[in-house]
Amino acid sequence: MLITNLAILVLAGFVGYAVISKVPNTLHTPLMSGTNAIHGIVLLGGLIIAGVAGDGVLNKILLVIAIAFGTINVVGGFLVTDRMLEMFKAKPDERSPEAERPPTS
Amino acid sequence: MTHPLLGSFFQDRNFIQAAYIVAFGLFIYGLSGLTGPRTAVRGNRIAAVGMAIAVVAALLTPEVGNWGIILAGVAIGAAVGIPAARRVRMTAMPQMVALFNGVGGGAVALIAWLEFRRTGGYADTPTYVAVFSVFAAIIGSVSFWGSNIAFAKLQELLPGKPITVPGQQILNAVLLLVAVGLGVAIVAGSHAEILIIGVLLAAAVLGNMVVLPIGGADMPVVISLLNAFTGLSAAATGVALDNTALIVAGMIVGASGTILTNLMAEAMNRSIPAIVAGGFGGTVTAPAGGGGGGEDGGTVRSTSPADAAIQLSYARQVVIVPGYGMAVAQAQHAVKELMRELEKRGVEVKFGIHPVAGRMPGHMNVLLAEADVPYDHLKEMDEINPEFPRTDVVLVIGANDVTNPAAKDQPDSPIYGMPILQVDEAQSVIVLKRSMSSGFAGIDNPLFYNPKTALLFGDAKGSVSDVVGEVQGL
Repeated sequence: MLITNLAILVLAGFVGYAVISKVPNTLHTPLMSGTNAIHGIVLLGGLIIAGVAGDGVLNKILLVIAIAFGTINVVGGFLVTDRMLEMFKAKPDERSPEAERPPTS
Repeated sequence: MTHPLLGSFFQDRNFIQAAYIVAFGLFIYGLSGLTGPRTAVRGNRIAAVGMAIAVVAALLTPEVGNWGIILAGVAIGAAVGIPAARRVRMTAMPQMVALFNGVGGGAVALIAWLEFRRTGGYADTPTYVAVFSVFAAIIGSVSFWGSNIAFAKLQELLPGKPITVPGQQILNAVLLLVAVGLGVAIVAGSHAEILIIGVLLAAAVLGNMVVLPIGGADMPVVISLLNAFTGLSAAATGVALDNTALIVAGMIVGASGTILTNLMAEAMNRSIPAIVAGGFGGTVTAPAGGGGGGEDGGTVRSTSPADAAIQLSYARQVVIVPGYGMAVAQAQHAVKELMRELEKRGVEVKFGIHPVAGRMPGHMNVLLAEADVPYDHLKEMDEINPEFPRTDVVLVIGANDVTNPAAKDQPDSPIYGMPILQVDEAQSVIVLKRSMSSGFAGIDNPLFYNPKTALLFGDAKGSVSDVVGEVQGL
């Protein structure tokens, strides 16, 4: 089991490297916040461990905090990335979308 | 079994494993969409679907229980995370990312602690579980506290200047040794809970101590590094809990953070250890010395919005170089307005963006995208540098060190060797500045004394708006 997992770990590292290398500088902020959301996967750790480590007040408190942290990470991360990327989508063929912004002049 | 909704098929280990495989497949597929602005939105959503599948699969695991706790945690997390993500301003994105990164690390550290408590100090688990859990505890804790400090600095709750204490490096080394030493004791078979608490505490102090001395301009590197840390700690948690989804997702983030960290460090011509060891502010000596060649005594030429407007309107090509100052002044919409006015007059407008402009990788791009500046107007450093000699006017807005020619020709300058935007090769340069103070790095910029350069003093947003008004009046 350990060896299989280590193999997965190494391969995933290389896959990640290959995929991410192609992301242009311009999209680095969304990339960072998107990968941020993905490491929110630690939420799974909290969920799985909740069933077996939920005895005692301290454990319960730690679990709630861990799960809350994981949820913030996942939900917040994906939402904020979505917001950012929506702005990049606005095409060069100018159709001034965006619910009116006060003119800056 | 208190599980509400299911038949045993869905609780089958293989089914859950298969769902994890689908999930991380979607992560990878989704992230590969981030290579272009058109596919990026969909890519992010695909990754989010992957995450939803992974969460559902995890909830199907037979051992899952304590639904009250799970619901409470998810509800609190959603109540905090959703409004924060919806309301945050684009200029505040770096601190938001730091915060989200931090909570991820915090979750990892807490899970390691819980796993320790559950197993009575990893009593009956294979050694590798202890090794990976302790690793996750250390890195997760460093990441949590480091990210919090980064957040506090970016949010200006703490001063952006480096905060140092004497003997910093030695102290950090000692803290790391303590954390690792206690970890080794746990792996070797000690079950006292004080050990894991000690590991978490030593790592927490280390996280604080490492980020406190780092100056604002180095933030892009720090944020990327902490991002990589959280990813790696998640992967380690995955090995300890035997969960492939965690391993793959964590490693992808680890790889991404590592790539970004390297890119940022390269763009500043600094090594990662040097940055972690302490910010510019502490190391810079007065550049006045001798080699400078009289810049210090040089005079600066200031200009007015009206003159700047004329200069810009009659140019063929204008390159706008934004920096952190644009973010601080929230000037991106005014800048976009200026672009539009100039384009109406047939001026070619491009944006030259340095990789470390702002406080996180790609920070300027996000702000300009928010203001609806078309994606194809944003040029990376290597693309725009050859264009400067045929550019009539460069407009520098709140950027300093990334345009500093000292990086090219003054070997004694602290930023010597850093790749810069070579704005001094353009026909003329207009620099928008609040005052004559130097950049975050505290380094004098000979560009300001260049006869080609004119300075327009004032708040960036106000100055740009004034120029727009003048251009409209022409």
